[in-house]
Amino acid sequence: MIELSLRHRVGDLELDLDFQSEARTLALFGNSGAGKTCVLNAIAGLLVPQAGRVVLDGETLLDTSHGLCVPASLRRIGYVFQDGRLFPHLSVRRNLLYGAGAEDAAGRYEFAQIVELLELGPLLQRRPRTLSGGERQRVAVGRALLSKPRALLLDEPLTGLHADARLQVLDYLRKLKRELQVFTVLVTHHADEVAALADEVVRISMGRVVRQVPIAEFIARRATFAPALP
Amino acid sequence: MTTLAPDEWQALALSLRVGLLAVVLALPLALALAWLLSRKRFPGRVLLESLLFLPLILPPVVTGYALLALLGRHGPLGQLLGSVGIVVAFRWTGAVIAAAVMGFPLLVLSVRAAFDHVDRRLEAAAQTLGAGAWRRFTTITLPLSARGIVAGCVLAFARAFGEFGATISFVSNIPGETRTLPIAIYELLNVPGGMPGVQRLALVSLLVALAASASATLIAGGAPWRKRADD
Repeated sequence: MIELSLRHRVGDLELDLDFQSEARTLALFGNSGAGKTCVLNAIAGLLVPQAGRVVLDGETLLDTSHGLCVPASLRRIGYVFQDGRLFPHLSVRRNLLYGAGAEDAAGRYEFAQIVELLELGPLLQRRPRTLSGGERQRVAVGRALLSKPRALLLDEPLTGLHADARLQVLDYLRKLKRELQVFTVLVTHHADEVAALADEVVRISMGRVVRQVPIAEFIARRATFAPALP
Repeated sequence: MTTLAPDEWQALALSLRVGLLAVVLALPLALALAWLLSRKRFPGRVLLESLLFLPLILPPVVTGYALLALLGRHGPLGQLLGSVGIVVAFRWTGAVIAAAVMGFPLLVLSVRAAFDHVDRRLEAAAQTLGAGAWRRFTTITLPLSARGIVAGCVLAFARAFGEFGATISFVSNIPGETRTLPIAIYELLNVPGGMPGVQRLALVSLLVALAASASATLIAGGAPWRKRADD
């Protein structure tokens, strides 16, 4: 469960939004520049807002009114960035292990499980610059999951991928949702990604929440949601 | 041209030792200061940067005098060091300090430029994966700026290798102890019949400077053959 309120000014954008959700996969849907990534950054601890509160599964990660801000490195939030942000000097294996815990039996099992789930085996020895866009995103998802996150943040994970890679990564994300029980926040401006992955949708526009609906309602009344533009 | 005379070899060996140790001495502080200037905004930053550039701007003799005033037997730090049996003025260790001080601004500038080029978003990604400040620095920032750091070390070594003004003011010209290569050249210039020695040592200096400059360029920009292979 997430509870979030945020007041922050970034350039011309004034963020002023509140929402809470008990959905397992929550989509933040809206145009580029609406403030969706700022919300993810505030959850991850990469953005400290002028005022705000973030509570995840009952634990307060940020509460500016009490001067509380848990550092990003201690929040255990897996963040899959739009551009992957794999470490270019490390192999895929070492990227995956960067945030993983101890290399004990449980850790090795978990590593093997994620590698199998995302079919990363053939990529382990390669460097990020030799990977395709889809492969990079799969590694980024695997790396985030191996850090044993309490929440997974996906920032436009399919943007910039060609059609085949997009479908492929979308399939992997569906598989993850089925097989792993991780609370996920998905940021996207594609309605089909929302329909495929989310349980609940928060529509954000110009830094404000304009609607919050369960996925069934989003699908049924998709046409009434103004199409999000990239 | 004949080979180097024994005292010329001695001067060359001393200069190489002084240059290398000056870099070793300056590097940790240069890394810390470069990181601070690259990553943090704080009051007094302009003053710190101005102080950093002083050895580049001041006449080297003045820097040498300042070192003597500070670290000489009667200087405040010199007395402190003397009380634990450490003397640096008029010793080869003092030549290392003088060379380190003179090479320090170049080293900090190179390392800072290397840190500035590291994609900060990668450090943020590491942060979300649980890496604290020290781990981010050692596993992301340092490896990704390694070329710039090594290039800076080479430049600082070259500066230290050729150091003259601050060294002669601080540690004088003591054969076998503080007579580095530039000081040996200067002395030979003032000795009748010293010209062949001057030419030999000047040629050695030229070769060392060329080697340092070429390796700094190759390291900082990446060797052209490696670039082609990567593309």
